Amino acid sequence: MSFEPKNPVIKWVEDRLPITGMMHHALFEYPTPKNLSYWWTFGSLAGFMLVVQIVTGIVLSMHYTAHVDLAFNSVEHIMRDVNYGWLLRYMHANGASMFFIVVYLHIFRGLYYGSYKAPRELLWWLGLVIFLLMMATAFMGYVLPWGQMSFWGATVITNLFGAIPVVGDTIVTWLWGGFSVDNPTLNRFFSLHYLLPFVIVGVVILHIWALHTNGSNNPTGIEIKDKQDSIPFHPYYTIKDLFGLGVFLIFFSAFLFYAPNYLGHPDNYIPANPLVTPAHIVPEWYFLPFYAILRAVPDKLGGVLLMFGAIAVLFLLPWLDKSRIRSARFRPIYKQLFWIFVLDCIVLTYVGGKPAEEPYILIGRIATIYYFVHILILLPLVGLFEKPKPLPASISEAVLDKKPSAEEASNA
Amino acid sequence: MLKFIKSLSAAALLSVVSISGAQAAGAAVELKSATWQHTGLFGTYDRASAQRGLQVYREVCAACHGLNQVAFRTLADLGFNEDEIKALAAESEFTDGPNDDGDMFERPGKPFDKFPEPFANEKAARASNGGAYPPDLSLMVKARPGFENYLYSLLTGYVDPPSDFEMMEGMNYNAYFAGHQIAMAAPLTEDAVEYADGTPATVDQMAKDVTVFLAWAAEPKLEERKNMGMKVILFLLLMTGLFYAAKRKAWADVH
Amino acid sequence: MTTTTPVEEDGVQRRDFLYIAAGGVGAVGTALAIWPFVDQMNPSADVLALSSTEVDLGAIDEGSEVTAVWQGKPVFIRHRTADEIKAAEDVDVATLPDPQTDEERVIKPEWLVMLGICTHLGCVPLKEAGEYDGWFCPCHGSHYDTSGRIRKGPAPLNLEVPPYEFLDDNTVKIG
Repeated sequence: MSFEPKNPVIKWVEDRLPITGMMHHALFEYPTPKNLSYWWTFGSLAGFMLVVQIVTGIVLSMHYTAHVDLAFNSVEHIMRDVNYGWLLRYMHANGASMFFIVVYLHIFRGLYYGSYKAPRELLWWLGLVIFLLMMATAFMGYVLPWGQMSFWGATVITNLFGAIPVVGDTIVTWLWGGFSVDNPTLNRFFSLHYLLPFVIVGVVILHIWALHTNGSNNPTGIEIKDKQDSIPFHPYYTIKDLFGLGVFLIFFSAFLFYAPNYLGHPDNYIPANPLVTPAHIVPEWYFLPFYAILRAVPDKLGGVLLMFGAIAVLFLLPWLDKSRIRSARFRPIYKQLFWIFVLDCIVLTYVGGKPAEEPYILIGRIATIYYFVHILILLPLVGLFEKPKPLPASISEAVLDKKPSAEEASNA
Repeated sequence: MLKFIKSLSAAALLSVVSISGAQAAGAAVELKSATWQHTGLFGTYDRASAQRGLQVYREVCAACHGLNQVAFRTLADLGFNEDEIKALAAESEFTDGPNDDGDMFERPGKPFDKFPEPFANEKAARASNGGAYPPDLSLMVKARPGFENYLYSLLTGYVDPPSDFEMMEGMNYNAYFAGHQIAMAAPLTEDAVEYADGTPATVDQMAKDVTVFLAWAAEPKLEERKNMGMKVILFLLLMTGLFYAAKRKAWADVH
Repeated sequence: MTTTTPVEEDGVQRRDFLYIAAGGVGAVGTALAIWPFVDQMNPSADVLALSSTEVDLGAIDEGSEVTAVWQGKPVFIRHRTADEIKAAEDVDVATLPDPQTDEERVIKPEWLVMLGICTHLGCVPLKEAGEYDGWFCPCHGSHYDTSGRIRKGPAPLNLEVPPYEFLDDNTVKIG
C-alpha cells in the first residue's frame, strides 16, 4: 500500500486506524482490468440501490405505523400529507424493482463470464447470500402496506414452511405469532425488514473484500498478468460507473415519475381482508421465476424443495462447471447454452405471472426441468467435451486485437 | 458498447413482454376507453370535470360509498377556495368529543375532516345493502386493472343480460363487472344531478366526471409528480451527457 | 474523435473544464436530491391543517384556569381576578428580565392566554405557585408572575402568548 497522507489530521488517524488508506486502496488504487465492459457497471449500481433503499426506508419508517388497523392508512398519509412523501414511497417501491433488475443483470454477467470459478467461489457464495437476504427483505417489505396482496402474499409464502414434515405447522404458527397472519406477524416483519438491509450491508462488505482479494474478473476471463493489464479504479472506473449511474437514473426516473404503479399490483390498493382472497394472486415480478418452479410440482413439499433447490444449485456452480476456461467468449457451445438459459428464465417469469392453467402448467414444467438440466447436466458435460477457442496471451493483447474492429463498429 | 446495448435491450424487451403479459392476466373483457386529460406525460386533471364529478359523488355515490382517505382541505387542488371548502365541509356532521361533561357531541365538519363515512361500520353497511359491502372509493381508480377505463366502463355498463343468463336474486347485470352480476343497481340515470355550469347530465358525462374526480382522489399528487419528473429527467440527461464526455476524456489515453 | 494528448495546452484546459462541469452538475444534483429527505421531517399537511383550537370560556370562573391543547401543546387560559390584574400592572417594567407590560400580553385584561411551556427547557409550570403567586416551574425553579412574566430563575423569557382572537364574549380561538 502506497498511501501517504499529507494532511496531519488524516495522518494522525491513519497511524492509529488505517481506514482512510483502506478506502483509498479500495476506491482509488484498486488495480482493475482495463478491459471491463459496461456489464461490470451493475455491481456498483447494486451498491447504489442498496443505499437508496436504506435511506428512503429510514425516512418512510418515520411516518409508517406497523399496526393492522393503521398501516394501510399510514401509507396513504405518506402519499397525501407528508412533504414529498409520494416521492419517497414511490422511490422505495420502484427502487426494490430497480435493485432486483441490476442484481439479476449482475448475476447473469457472472454466469456468462464464469466469474464464479476459482479463486472466486466465496465471492460468488457471498453474492448468493446477498440475493437470498434481498428476497427475504423484499418479501417482508411488500407486506408492510397491508393491502390485499400484502396479506395474501404473506399468507401464501409463510404457508410454504408448512410443507416441512412433522414440524411444519409448528413453524408456521411460530412465524405468524398466532393462528393466522395478523398484527404480531406485521410487527415482526417490520422489525426484520428494518434489520435485514443492514445485514446485507455487512455481507456486501465481505463481498467487496473477497472481490479485492483476487481482483475483478474481466471479459477475457484471463487474470491480470502485469502492470499493462490493469488501470487504477479511479478515475477510470469511477467516471465510467458514474456515467452508467446517470443512464440508470434516467431509466429509474421514467418509472418513478411516469409509471410508478406499473410494476405493482392494483389489489394492493385495497386494504387487507382476511376473509376474501383476490382472484389472481401473483408475487412481485422478481419472484415470478421461482413462483413458476414452485407451481410446476403438483406436491406441496416437492414444490417448496424444488423452489429452494433452484437457488441452492447455484451455490454448486463453481464445481459443476468443469470447463477450465472462464469466459463464454471463448466457449462456443456454452455461449449458446447461456442464452437459451436466459430465455428459459424469461419463460419462467412469464409463466409465473399466468394463472395456473393449461398451457402454462405444461410450459412451466418444461422450463423448470430445463433450468435444472442446464445447471446439473449440460453445464458439467459441456465443460468436458467443448473445444474452446484459443485464448489471447494477456488482457492487453486482447484489447489491442479488438481495437480495429471496435473502431469500425463505432463508425458504422 | 454497441454489443452491450444490443444484448441489454433484447433482454429488456423480452422481460417487459413477459411481465406485461403477467399483468394483463386479470382483464378478461375489453374495456371501453375514453380520453383522459390527466394521462400522458404532461397530463393535468380537468378541473371543471372533477368539480362536476365531486357533485356526482356527493349527490349519488356518497349515500353508500365512503371516501375516507380524502380530506375536505385537499379540494383546494381542484380549484375550490377556502370559503367554498368550509361551507362544503360544514354540510356534514361529525361526532367529536368527549366534552367537559364526558359526552360525545355532534359538530359541523371542518376543512381538516375527511369525507364522512356513510355507515357506522362494515356490518351496518352490509345490513343496509342486502349483504353487499359498498367499498370505499378513495383508491378505487388505482385498485382495479384498467383503472379509469374500468370505472367508466362499469358505470356505463348496465345493459340487459343475454336471454340465457341466469341472474341471482337482487343482482344486476353489468357487462364489465367480473362475473357480470353486481349488487349495486345502476347508480346513474339521465339528469340524476343538475350541473351548475349547464353541462347536460347524461349518464356518459356523469360517469366520466366522477371518474376524473375519483382519479384525483386516488392520486392527488399526479401533477406535482409529472412536473417534477420532467425537470429531473432533463437534468439527468445533461448530467449524464457531461459524465459521458468526461469518461471519453479520461479514457482517451488507455490503450 | 481526434486524439488530444494531455500535453496540449488546449486539451488540458478543455479536460479541466469538462471535469469541473461534470463534478459541479453532479454535486448540484446530489444537493437537490437531499431536499425531499430533509423536508419530509417538517410538519405534514394534516398537521398544519389542525392549527387552531376553539375554547369555550363560559365555564371558567373568575380566579380559575383551564388548560387547553393547541398543536399538541398546553395552553393556560386564566380568568384573572382584579387583584391579579392589579399585581401584574403595578410592576415596574424596567426591572424585569424580559420587559413587557401586562397590557402587551392580553387582549382583555381578565383573560390571560399563554403557552404553558417554561421558556427554560420546556416543562409545564404549576399554577398559583412560586414567589410571585403566578406560575412556578418545578424542573429548574423559574418563577413567573400573574402576567406569566419571568421574575426569577433560569428561564430567559416570559411565557409565550400564542396568536388568538375572541370569536364572541364566550369563545376564544387559538391559532
